[in-house]
Parts: sequence; structure tokens; C-alpha cells
Amino acid sequence: MTTILDSKVPTGPLEHRWQEHRDHLKLVNPNNKRKFTVLVLGSGLAGASASASLAELGYDVKCFCFQDSPRRAHSIAAQGGINAAKNYKNDGDSVFRLFYDTVKGGDFRSRESNVHRLAELSVRIIDQCVAQGVPFAREYGGLLDNRSFGGAQVSRTFYARGQTGQQLLLGAYQALEKEISAGHVTMFPRTEMLDLVVEDGRAVGIIARNLTTGEISAHAGHAVVLATGGYSNVYYLSTNAKGSNATAIWRAHRRGALFANPCFTQIHPTCIPASGDYQSKLTLMSESLRNDGRVWVPLDPNDTRPPAQIPPDARDYFLERRYPSFGNLVPRDVAARNIKTVVDEGKGVGPQKNGVYLDFADSIKRLGRKVIADRYDNLFEMYEKITGENPYETPMRIYPAPHYTMGGLWVDYNLMSNVTGLFVLGEANFSDHGANRLGASALMQGLADGYFVAPYTIGNYLSGHLGEKISTDRPAFTAAAAETQERLKRLKAGSGKRSVDSFHRELGKIVWDYCGIARNAQGLTKALDLIPALREEFWRDVRVLGAEGQTNQELEKAGRLADFFEFAELMCWDALDRDESCGGHLREEHQTEDGEALRDDERFSFVSAWEWKGADQPPTRHEEPLRFEFVEPSRRSYK
Amino acid sequence: MDLTLHVWRQPGPNAPGKMETYEAKGINEHCSFLEMLDVLNGQLAERGIEPIAFDHDCREGICGSCGFMINGVAHGPMPKTTVCQLHMRHFKNGDALHLEPWRSRAFPVIKDLMVNRGAFDRIVQAGGYISVTTGAAPEANLVPVPKPLADTAFDAAACIGCGACVAQCPNGAASLFTSAKVSHLNLLPQGQPERFDRALSMVEAMDREGFGYCSNHAECEAVCPKEISIDFIARMNRDYLKAKSKGVMKASLSGGG
Repeated sequence: MTTILDSKVPTGPLEHRWQEHRDHLKLVNPNNKRKFTVLVLGSGLAGASASASLAELGYDVKCFCFQDSPRRAHSIAAQGGINAAKNYKNDGDSVFRLFYDTVKGGDFRSRESNVHRLAELSVRIIDQCVAQGVPFAREYGGLLDNRSFGGAQVSRTFYARGQTGQQLLLGAYQALEKEISAGHVTMFPRTEMLDLVVEDGRAVGIIARNLTTGEISAHAGHAVVLATGGYSNVYYLSTNAKGSNATAIWRAHRRGALFANPCFTQIHPTCIPASGDYQSKLTLMSESLRNDGRVWVPLDPNDTRPPAQIPPDARDYFLERRYPSFGNLVPRDVAARNIKTVVDEGKGVGPQKNGVYLDFADSIKRLGRKVIADRYDNLFEMYEKITGENPYETPMRIYPAPHYTMGGLWVDYNLMSNVTGLFVLGEANFSDHGANRLGASALMQGLADGYFVAPYTIGNYLSGHLGEKISTDRPAFTAAAAETQERLKRLKAGSGKRSVDSFHRELGKIVWDYCGIARNAQGLTKALDLIPALREEFWRDVRVLGAEGQTNQELEKAGRLADFFEFAELMCWDALDRDESCGGHLREEHQTEDGEALRDDERFSFVSAWEWKGADQPPTRHEEPLRFEFVEPSRRSYK
Repeated sequence: MDLTLHVWRQPGPNAPGKMETYEAKGINEHCSFLEMLDVLNGQLAERGIEPIAFDHDCREGICGSCGFMINGVAHGPMPKTTVCQLHMRHFKNGDALHLEPWRSRAFPVIKDLMVNRGAFDRIVQAGGYISVTTGAAPEANLVPVPKPLADTAFDAAACIGCGACVAQCPNGAASLFTSAKVSHLNLLPQGQPERFDRALSMVEAMDREGFGYCSNHAECEAVCPKEISIDFIARMNRDYLKAKSKGVMKASLSGGG
């Protein structure tokens, strides 16, 4: 039965809500903090910053990551930057404006109070990172530099060359290592969470596998924090790291945590197209390139001339043609859809005809090669390494790729899921980006959650549990560990013939074709037939070589894929159920004549939060109504 | 193209290992080195042979997970390139390639081409941070940092911690890695209060982990995928010597008093 969820959002004036709320959160006495154990899963921006901050407060923290070091979490690959409403450029930026842009950018499917809190905290994140030694770009006077990013009309993006994510993560990683050194955090690298342990509706621990020895272990905590990132790898080919997976959030979902808006995914318009069937991942080329690059395809699909020899009147600059005022700088989802349409019409370029040109020739002519090199040299170099082509001489070829997922586990204003004691931070939760995330906002959210929200709200939760003993010596742990062992055995047991990757590619293609850039009821219905059939074949015919009690990368991949199979179905369910278009979710049945998303606020101004009912059972939808008290929902237009 | 690969196979940390020879058939020149290994692993699995284990994650040259020796060179023949960004167009049909894990006493082999680089994390734990707690930071623009200084600090901070520097060094030294972190933080105004303690503790940690001593071969700089300069080693040594000569007392990192 559908229920209405309570997000516990405070009331009162928007700009005072977080302050008021914080003022009334309960505290834990400094001497009692060490009596609480908090388990943090994931060591990216959200996980590392939360672990370090909780440990500094005095809690006993255990942090887990599947990589060999917390420094390698995928936050490290973020290129562009991080937004903050500092208004250093005196161009009229403010907390309200950042809030407004983020709510509007999310196409009115996010929570106003959360987004305003995010905008408020953005300024403190920059302070914190600078104090840690993050080498942000600076001006000649020694003060911090900003740039405009992702079509914003103000310059509020802080950056560290094209490696902002790396430098922010290293800042958080160093804070984490400081606390490990002080004995406040125990780090478990090369360890993967395989189940959440829930007792009487409350998260009490996890089951994990040591990826080096294969050992299954149980860990008890007073609170469990999931900061395990997004699920773009359901598509197989995405810009995510190979190891990025949905297992932690999916296992939590199976244990009762509601999954919100799984169909809200972001397809980034500018990535390097696949070059063959061996392709293992896709590489993003920063959105900032569209500031100086012009997107085009030849008017004649059979034009085989090298791009430089195609005269201007034989080119279709389709973004500039369709969107005269925003041109090449239209938002990510609009750009991605237009590029896909052009390629689907057979006008794609490159050996596989699977990309469009992003051409810098005009900018080089206008500004000189040096200016372009100063702005993009590291990206041009990366492009050349991968493709063997030099973007100074021949246009880049680009194509959209799955990149970020706005959906995630449902959380209330305190970032706690409906499972008591289970907190979800960063990309793993759903709360701040609505149906579309703006550029340079992911890093901001991960760090806001970890540094400045969770340390307060987790303390508030723990204050009610003083004196409670935790132990793995309880039936819930024994049962969950046995189920995990059983599952691993089943994955290993098959005398199957097909590799894990071959199944993952096939699943990825189904999800990409029917639940990718554009969706429709017919396709989604078809996907909902294809996925369970393929899932059954997977369990029957997958081949996992190697032993269980040692490093076994095939077994790791198989377990993650098994969860992606179940998740993919939920994602298609949600996409089918949300019979409107919004942000990155374009239902072809609901678009304007120009192909713009048509929202249906009457019927769909809510968060869909799904409850697991078992494999082969339809999930149940619960709703969190969205109220817009401060920003009037409007329709985007980029004409 | 077809390649002959001689690959180090070792089932576990304590098991003996040996080189095995495999033929990789029909490799496309546009695939990356790791994608070539994916293809080979697929071909091995077809024959019931367990796939070759190697570390990798982002596959875009920034996470620092991947890396092994290709014909004796860390990350292979292309300068400033990790193996995930190395593409097969730089090899030719019929090439014979020897793949071995990083060679260092401080990086024990876990399996095949995977090693344990936990020693790097422990070096960072010794002082590779600025002791600021969450919430204590002043306004970001309160302390100006001259741009050239910030840029040089960035050059050092670009290190991805892959371990190639150690693997290529004839002495198995970790000086390039350690000096990059020491320099990143010691160059910045925010890093000054702990500057000398940092240099002292991190150098000591490096020795404790069993890494060798630097004798200026500069092999590390040549293979570093992020072009970290050995100038940083000189900078670290200067701070270390100053710290020694000043007899700096190790300040308690927990503060108080």
C-alpha cells in the first residue's frame, strides 16, 4: 500500500531552517562519543569527509572501501569544479541564487529545504578545503579564481586545473589518514559490503568480504553510513570507474530501505565515443570544452571528406541552429538528446559513425592556440592518448555517456533512510539534484553531506541510544552472513559458459536502449520482459573461474552484476511509472514540438520511493509530495 | 594484431609465482592495454584458465590503481602515461611483452600483477596532512597564496600514488612519492606550522616501511605518469636536514596541553 513519506523538513523562513533545525538537534557528551561505533561504507568525498569529521568529534569510526586505498574512490575523477556562493566576482551571486539555480536545474523534482541547506554550506566547504591545502586555481593577487561553468550566469565555480575532484578527495583522504593515524578510524581497504544487517527495523551492522582473502566478516555499529556512490554502471559503459557498483545500496534496499527516483540518471553529452566491442568504459571530456568548441555534423551523412575540408555551408551546427540564444551551451540533457538524435538519423561521424564533431578551429583562429592550450591542454592530451587524434588539428568526436545518477536511497532531512540508523550520503542518496544535476554540484553535495550535515544529524540519532551494546553475536548477523555465503556459492557453482562481462554488456545495452537518453512505454515494457529473462540466464549460465578464498575479480564482478540485474528492473519500473518528462528523464510521449521535456506537476510533483517486495514481485511505490514555497515551478526554455 | 605475453602468475601472497606465456590474438590497435588484457582474459577463460588479476578502476589515468612493468618499464613505453591510458597502437604485430608486478620489498605481491601499496597510506599517516579539523577553517581568501607557489604546490599534489616511481628505482626508494606530498603541503602557507615535523616524520616512515634510499638515478621522474619532478626530492631533503639540525621536537599531533 502506498504511504506518504515524512521528510521531516523544518518549517519557517527558508534561510533559517537549517540553523533552527541544527539548534535543536540533540548532542552527545564528549566523553560518551567514543562509546559509539559508526560504520562508514565508501571513502569518496562523502565517505572520507564523514569518517574524518565523525572521528574528530570522538566517535569510533570504521571505514570500508573496495579499492586498495581510500584515495582511489571515484570522486577522484571529477574534472570541472565545485560551486560555492562566495560572490567573490561581485557578479550578483548569493546563496539564494545558487539555491534557485539548483532547484530549477533539477526541474522541480528536488526538496527546496535540502537544496537551500546545500547552497548555505557551499561557502564553508571552500574554507575547509583551502585550510587543508587543496591547491585551487588562484589569481595573480594570490586570491582564489572562479569560472562560470555549465551555463551558469555567474562565476561561482572553484577549480584545480582539470583535476578538482582529485584535489578535493586528497584533502578529505588526508583528513581521514590523520584520524587513522590518531587511532580514531579503523580503515578496511579491499573490503566490500555484501549485506546490511537489520534488526527490528534498525540498521545494526554489515556483512563484508575481504577481497584479498575471501573472508566473510560481520561488523556491528550503532549507525551505518552508506556513501557508496551512484549506479551508472548499470549501463555497463559509463564514465564511472570499473568497480563502481550499486551493491551496498541495493542490499540495503532489499533489507527495507526505500529507493527513490531510480530512473533519474544523467547522461553527459561530451564523452569520447566507443571505438570497438572491447570498450570497457567511456571517458568524459569536461563540459567546459563547450565554451569554446562548436558542435556540428556534415549536412550530407555520406560526406566522407576529412572535417577540415568540409566547407561551412556543408555543415550543420545543429545546437546553434536549434537554440540560437544558448547555442552550444544548452544544458547537459538537451545537448545529449540532440546529439543522440543526430547520430540516430545516421549523420554520425567517425569510423563507427557514432559521434559528432566538437570543433575548436574557430576559437583557435580567434583566440590563438596558446589561449586554448591554457584552458584545455590536459583534456586535449587525454583525448589524443585515447584516440590517437590531435584536437588542435582535427575536431574532437564526442557522444553522450551515462555519468551521474540523481536517484538513490530515500533519506529524510537528516539524511537518514526509512531504516532507522541507516544514513546515506553523496551520490548514493537522492535528495538534492532532482531530475537533473547541474555541473560542479556533485562535489559540493558529497562534501556538504560529509563535513557539515551528517556529523550533526548522526549525533542527534546516537544521543538516543547511549549505553546500548552492539555485538555481531546475534541471530540477524548469523543469518545475513549465511545468506551471503550461500549467494557466493551459488555464483561460483554454475558450470556456465558465458563470462560475467558478456552478461553485463547485454544488460547494459537493454538499459541504454530502453531506459537511456529517451524512454517510452513500449520500450520500457519490453525491457521489463528482457531483463528478468536475461537475469535467469545469468544465474544459469555464468562462468566464474578461480577460488572463493582468495582474490577473485570475476567473483566480485559477478556479485555486483547480480545486483545490477535486480536494480535495472526497478529503474525501468520507475521510468514506466513516471508518465511525464522531467530533467534527464525524457518520456517521448511527453515533449513539446521542439523536443523539450514536458513536466506534469499535477500528477507527478512527488518523489517516488520504492519498496522491495521480492524478486519477480512488482515493487510498491510510496510518495513524498514536493511543495514549492519559494520558487515557482516554471518550464525551462533555452531557445 | 597478435602478441606474445609473458605474464607473472602468482596465486597468492605466500605462494610461489612464475612467468607464463600466452598468445593474445586479434587485438585492435585502438584498445587500451588493459582492454587488451580483458580480451586476453576472455580468451583464457574460454580455455578454463583463471584470468590474470590486475588492479584497475577509473581507467582514465587519475585513480592510480593500475600499473605494472612492461618489458622492464613501469607503465610501459609511453611517457607520462598510466597503463590504462596506454593504447595498443604503440605496439606492433608479433611483439613479445613481459608483464611483471611492481618490484619492491615494501609492496608485497597479492596476486599476479596486484601488489599491496598500503605502505604509501602509512607514509601519509605520518604527516601527509594539515591538522585542521572540520569547522575550524578561516575564510578561504583570508590567506593569499602567490600564484606561482600555488601552481608549484599543485604540480606536486598531482601525484596519483601509483607506485611506478618505487618500481623503477634501482634502490626501490619512495622518495618521489613522499617528497611530492611533503612539498605540496610545505610550500603552502597553511602547511607551515607542521612543516619540519612533517618532513621528519614522513622520511622516517618511508625508511620504516623498507623502501630504499634515493641516490639520484632519476628513473622515477622518467616513468612518473604525472611528471612529478625530482626537484621535490631536493626540497624534501632540505626540509628534512633543517628539521634534523634544528633538533625539532616532534609535536604531539593530538594538540592540547
